Amino acid sequence: MNWWFPQVVRGARSSWCMSAAVTVACLSVALALSGGRSKAYTAYSLAVHKTKAIPAFARKYGLPCSACHTAWPELNAFGQAFRDRGYQLGNDRDSPIWQNPSYIPVTFRITPNWHREGATKQRLDATPGVAGPPFVSGTVTQSGFDLSGMDLWTAGTIFKDISFVLLPSSDNTGAFHFESAFVRFDNLGHNRWLNLKAGKFELDNLVSEKRFLFLSGQGGIYQSYHFLPGGDMNDFGMGDNQLGAELSGHSENSYTRYGVAVLSSTDGAVNLPANQGYDTYFTVSQAIDAGKLGIERVGAYGYFGHRPTYFQTDSGVPIPGTGTGNKPFYRIGVAGDFFFGDFELLPLYMHASDDKFLATSTPANATLPAGAQNAVWNASFLEAHYYVSPQLVFTGRFETVRMSQQAVAGTPGDLGNVDAYSGGVRWYPIMFSRAGLSWHTEVSAVRTRGAAFPTGDVWTSSVFTGLDFDF
Amino acid sequence: MRLHARGVALVSSLGVLLAAGGTTVGSAQESHVDGVTGHAAAGKKVYRRYCMLCHGPDGDGAGENAMWIDPKPRDFTLAVFKCRSTPTGTLPTDEDLLNAMSRGFVTTNMPPWLPLSRQNRADVVAYIKTFSPKWKTKTAGTPVPVPPEPALTIQSILHGRDLYQKMECWKCHGSKGHGDGPSAATLTDNKDLPIRPYDFSSGSRFKCGITNRDLYKIFMTGLDGTPMPSFADDIKPEEGWDLVHFLRTLQPLDTPELALWRGWFASHAGELKPIGPGTGQ
Repeated sequence: MNWWFPQVVRGARSSWCMSAAVTVACLSVALALSGGRSKAYTAYSLAVHKTKAIPAFARKYGLPCSACHTAWPELNAFGQAFRDRGYQLGNDRDSPIWQNPSYIPVTFRITPNWHREGATKQRLDATPGVAGPPFVSGTVTQSGFDLSGMDLWTAGTIFKDISFVLLPSSDNTGAFHFESAFVRFDNLGHNRWLNLKAGKFELDNLVSEKRFLFLSGQGGIYQSYHFLPGGDMNDFGMGDNQLGAELSGHSENSYTRYGVAVLSSTDGAVNLPANQGYDTYFTVSQAIDAGKLGIERVGAYGYFGHRPTYFQTDSGVPIPGTGTGNKPFYRIGVAGDFFFGDFELLPLYMHASDDKFLATSTPANATLPAGAQNAVWNASFLEAHYYVSPQLVFTGRFETVRMSQQAVAGTPGDLGNVDAYSGGVRWYPIMFSRAGLSWHTEVSAVRTRGAAFPTGDVWTSSVFTGLDFDF
Repeated sequence: MRLHARGVALVSSLGVLLAAGGTTVGSAQESHVDGVTGHAAAGKKVYRRYCMLCHGPDGDGAGENAMWIDPKPRDFTLAVFKCRSTPTGTLPTDEDLLNAMSRGFVTTNMPPWLPLSRQNRADVVAYIKTFSPKWKTKTAGTPVPVPPEPALTIQSILHGRDLYQKMECWKCHGSKGHGDGPSAATLTDNKDLPIRPYDFSSGSRFKCGITNRDLYKIFMTGLDGTPMPSFADDIKPEEGWDLVHFLRTLQPLDTPELALWRGWFASHAGELKPIGPGTGQ
């Protein structure tokens, strides 16, 4: 329903047309004002969609997107409880045997967009086309119309208390992989504190990167979740879906939640490319009902993993899956989700460490560089959302990563430090129970210390506007 | 000049009157549950986010999804509610509405909204009350008293079974509680839409709760808007509990009533007359 055009509220078709016309008109103006300044330097690929929203559920239950999402794809308290129950409302009509046989729980999502990417102080040949040296320092920009990757979501219940997710996801060239694929046994022994799933899934992060409200090249990831010091051979990212099994539980209203997972040490990659070890992840959170303010949640998490530092080889070529010389790393932290009426704050803090062998990319059977030590850093962000209505949300985020101990002696203490800024707006002119459309506009900038040519800080930036839709 | 002054005064007076009227209506649009005051204005926002697509922007149950939903969403403009603590024909208490919202309705599209904050739910209760003028002219009924549950005995179950026959519960709910009595196929609700009697053998929770106390309240208040009447004038309070004890034996659940009944039934089955027409039990 469109709240802003009450005269067409009752006519779904006319509402759609009105909204679409306004959207296209506004987008055209925006593009005319900002586009066409520079040609593409190289092809730039937006990351595969990282976010999740499933109008297939809205269709199944006849609920609007806003029932489960503060602004899709971010979950609200009701959506979290629905997810925790194994995509079940708990009204004894969740099993597919109750659904119309023609119902198929599938949805797709893609975002046609225009975006501009920029990076300052890049090393460039002094004369284009003539390989340096000499080199010069310059700014690189790229811009143009583009596509995001596509999500082809299917999720729901196989039977009462047996749920599933299958998410083939492509990059913007159409190359598919499985972003998520799991089966979950819900309410084991009729106990909501015991739910077991196995497959590939997102870590149960209190602040989900898969469901957040940022899409641009620079703002579309949490730096905190993916930061690695320069020269580090670790491949782990908190925001990456992992392969393994998770035991989780929750209270009736999902205000209290926990999760414990055992995960292959592959950062979610299939084909057992690394070693045969396992990582562990835990998370626990508690929400309180703060009356008029809303539901406030705080939580803690910890990921303890290891990665191989060398492999068995054949003629010097590493044999996949035979990694050994495992060295540890960890990520621990706290996070929150606080509402002040229509204003939401999402703070996160993370303390991280990678073993010195990982941080210096040194095989465990080799000698470490002199003075090598574990890499240690701290990361944090503060994200804010203001919900003007379920159909209009303003977003902002400040993020920082600070090295507290460099792995290699003599490395500048601030090398690799990151400051990231993002701001945007999402307007949902279409928000029915069967489909959703959002006009997403975002500006993001990231400063990385010491990464410039020849010296100094690099600023990378994104300007993004696109039509984010799913059906 | 004087005319102008009078005009200003008149307009000002009208403004004050309108404002006062608005204030009066607004202050009446509240709910009060356990120390939480819900406000209709805030509830409208919550309602539009969560409820409108089924119950409709005007609360008449004609939301855009209503055509796909069976049973149909509640029509709040009628101010007729199934789950109450109050006598049949009266308005429910604010707490009744909040509890119904929090619990959801089993075997319908209405989910439990328990994850919402209590304030949000109280606000929606206040807003729901704006859809019918009844809330301005009538007050909620006085909750039906629920006496303490007596000790479970086989006599209580057997008496409940007699009442099930005598009060003709079987006509709708069936002789074994499967919801397949001879009248079941003909039942309609207050909007002339087909309605199915509860099937005790499903083992699911009841529409208006899960406890014995909830079941007792259903007998004594009836489910307004459905063929399920109130038995408050027909049976004594203790008989209500007998009926509760018997009905629990019809559910395939691990209840003390069923355990007691099975133990007794194993050696006394031959003493029972079947439930149904013409048995006169």
